[in-house]
Amino acid sequence: MVAGYNTLSMGTGRKEFNPKKERPGLEEYIREAGQGTLKMIGGAKHVDECVIGNFMASRFNRQANLAAFFPYVDEGLRYKPAIRVEGACATGGLALMSGIKSVLAETAEVVLVIGFEVQNTVKAIYCADYLAGAGWFKNRKTGHAYFFPGQFSDRAGAYFEKYGRDKTRQALARWFRNAIENARLCPTAQEYHNTVKDLDALGLTEPNGKSFIDNLNVFDCSKVSDGASAIAIVSEEGLKRCGIPLSEAIEVVGWGQIEEDITKPPIDPTELSTTREAVKEALASAGITRDQIGTAEIHDCFTIAGLMCMEAIGFAEKGKGADFILEGHTARSGRVPINTTGGLIGWGHPTGGTGVHQAVTILEQLTGKAGDAQVKIPADRPYGLTVNMGGDDKSLVSIVYKRGS
Amino acid sequence: MSYEERLQHVSVLGAAGKMGSGILLLTAVEMADISLKPENKGKPFVLNAIDVSDEALSGVMKYLKAQVLKMAEKKVVGLRKVYAGNPNLIDNGDIIDQYIFDVLSLVRPSTRIEAAYDSHMVFEAIKEDPALKSSIFSKILANNPHQPWFFTNTSSIPISKLDADAGLGGRIIGFHFYNPPAVQRLVEIIKADHTLPEVEAFAQQYAKSLRKVVVPSHDKAGFIGNGHFMRDILHATGEVEKLGKEFSFAEAVYAMNKISQDYLVRPMGIFQLIDYVGVDVCSFIMSVMNPYLPGEDLHSPLLGRLLAMGVKGGQYSDGSQKDGILKYEKGRPVAIFDPEQKSYVSISDFQAKVDEKLGAMPSPPAWKAVVGNKAKDELLRGYFGQVKVASGLGAELTRTYANRSCAIGEQLVSSGVAFNENDVNTVLLTGFFHAYGPVNNYLS
Repeated sequence: MVAGYNTLSMGTGRKEFNPKKERPGLEEYIREAGQGTLKMIGGAKHVDECVIGNFMASRFNRQANLAAFFPYVDEGLRYKPAIRVEGACATGGLALMSGIKSVLAETAEVVLVIGFEVQNTVKAIYCADYLAGAGWFKNRKTGHAYFFPGQFSDRAGAYFEKYGRDKTRQALARWFRNAIENARLCPTAQEYHNTVKDLDALGLTEPNGKSFIDNLNVFDCSKVSDGASAIAIVSEEGLKRCGIPLSEAIEVVGWGQIEEDITKPPIDPTELSTTREAVKEALASAGITRDQIGTAEIHDCFTIAGLMCMEAIGFAEKGKGADFILEGHTARSGRVPINTTGGLIGWGHPTGGTGVHQAVTILEQLTGKAGDAQVKIPADRPYGLTVNMGGDDKSLVSIVYKRGS
Repeated sequence: MSYEERLQHVSVLGAAGKMGSGILLLTAVEMADISLKPENKGKPFVLNAIDVSDEALSGVMKYLKAQVLKMAEKKVVGLRKVYAGNPNLIDNGDIIDQYIFDVLSLVRPSTRIEAAYDSHMVFEAIKEDPALKSSIFSKILANNPHQPWFFTNTSSIPISKLDADAGLGGRIIGFHFYNPPAVQRLVEIIKADHTLPEVEAFAQQYAKSLRKVVVPSHDKAGFIGNGHFMRDILHATGEVEKLGKEFSFAEAVYAMNKISQDYLVRPMGIFQLIDYVGVDVCSFIMSVMNPYLPGEDLHSPLLGRLLAMGVKGGQYSDGSQKDGILKYEKGRPVAIFDPEQKSYVSISDFQAKVDEKLGAMPSPPAWKAVVGNKAKDELLRGYFGQVKVASGLGAELTRTYANRSCAIGEQLVSSGVAFNENDVNTVLLTGFFHAYGPVNNYLS
């Protein structure tokens, strides 16, 4: 993969954001991200196919038929094959998989992938309705007003009960702090302007089930975001066509792409078992162990999801995720820097774009182009890992990367 | 008759006014919440919104819809439980729409007083005119078989007078909301000499359901809120006149508005507050209160003069500020009325000059930074400690103003209006959004 591009993640937290003023629409986000990547690969003429990932534009923006926006990105994409992909919050990861498979099938040497979501068209309370589409609709009626926060609050409650509340809440607050501190280093991050001094205290705000949910506070939740990310998936042949050296690309060395039954409740609410399987498959197909991973972008739609993901990957044993975080292993100075530009909580979560954004961040980190957010990638642990989750641990895409050589 | 039964049939008089529309909103929501309880299924709930103009009433329905939408969005977590039994309401959006419909469908706008003849309760928020209020109350009483209770929103007329004049036999209480009722947390509850205990008990329960802060006041004209506000106005206008030797009228108003806002750390300057309430309303309240205050002349010739020149203030129906003593752009004062020229003079023309004459001042903390700040007492004590020893005209005016405000508060207790100083402070804190109570020792 090469030529990653992120728009701003726009929403509360950004100084430019004013909910009362008119903002760019989805077409502007799609175009900015698409053109950003096209510029880096020498233009639309090099592109064979296009994939656009989006979750819920049909409700947020009352727009469908999204693949037809590619010729709007660049006239050179007119009459080229394109497809729209959807898998809730794993949409971006699935869009990447679609592109990867085209390249492997040799139907394309260069695939342009864009993922986006423009969600600030409605208040958070209606946003919750739309995003609830990531769960089984038959559960919506009995679900919480804030449906997904409610699902993960229940998971957090179960986890508190099994492994203790105090330490877990402290670890969630630390997760929040790490996310914001990382976001402050990335100019496109939604929390880039965050200047709060005592992030631990904010993260420890007591949850209030009367106005929100029982076991998580608003700082435990990812943001409502407008944003788009784009990247090019290329074969070695395609790389030559674009005139980009191998060292500026990252290689996809393995993946796990799996689905779990959307109509079933979690087998065990204290663990992300589908995530565990997806990562296991990704590592196995890459032929590496988790100890060879230098950095990871994981799906922290909620802090508790981040914690459980540490256990699902196997970085921490079951029930030890809180210790792993509190001991500093996930911080940018820690053993495995996680979500180095803020993740879903700090950078933002434009749902359909998140999976692509994760790939862009890994590309930047592994090729030394992450700017102020750059972390050191140890020579003996050269791999980057992404985990992109749709719904409550239902649609999963996990990819292993390493720098081209 | 239980609390809930009494709330099955209610009328609001003056429902299209600024206070009345807020009372209508809060009552409609309270009634709807009761009507949605499973045990009340099928029972009719009626809320008459009575006012003199059809046009104003149609505006009220729009206001209600917009406000109920906001309230429903805030409490949707609870509303999902209320509507759990309705399988057709799935999204938050569905539930919010249904709730708006359920609240609005209780409300019957009407221009006919006869609508109140079936009500068990009447909220009154009409003009501050004792004769008008009494005549309407007695008319309703004569035609209504239910012996209704009257909750008057008067901010100035003694309740016992209304009780006696209308022959209500104690079925009345003062239930004084602050403006705007949907936002301000304070209500003053004023018992008349013969208010029935069950009326008072209902008033307390109603205030509690609305999550209001209740301050009791004795039945003395103006009660605590206007008792302080009107005298505060007279202090400011008196100072403006005194400053007349050195300043033009507009300059003096600017100076006192700045002193009362910035240097006293209040949310709004006194002249802006007069405009907010309305020059006409302030003047009228004084005229209503004055006959009940022997030995004190609560009367502002200055406001009278301005009114005669058509300077009124008040608000547009969308809540934006009309020009009054001050002229506003985007809600901020930009000019001040000059009675001699009969036109507005831009503040920027004289601001620097007046600021210089006021002299160097210790820099005051912003009201926004103080209100709600846990360490506000310390902050204010530090600031006023500097004001105490500062020299210059600004500091002197600030000290005199703060001391007068404190004295008014103490007077409200000593003259038997307020039960205690704490109640006076609570009224100013919650009803006027002051950052601190007037009765304090910051300057002593």
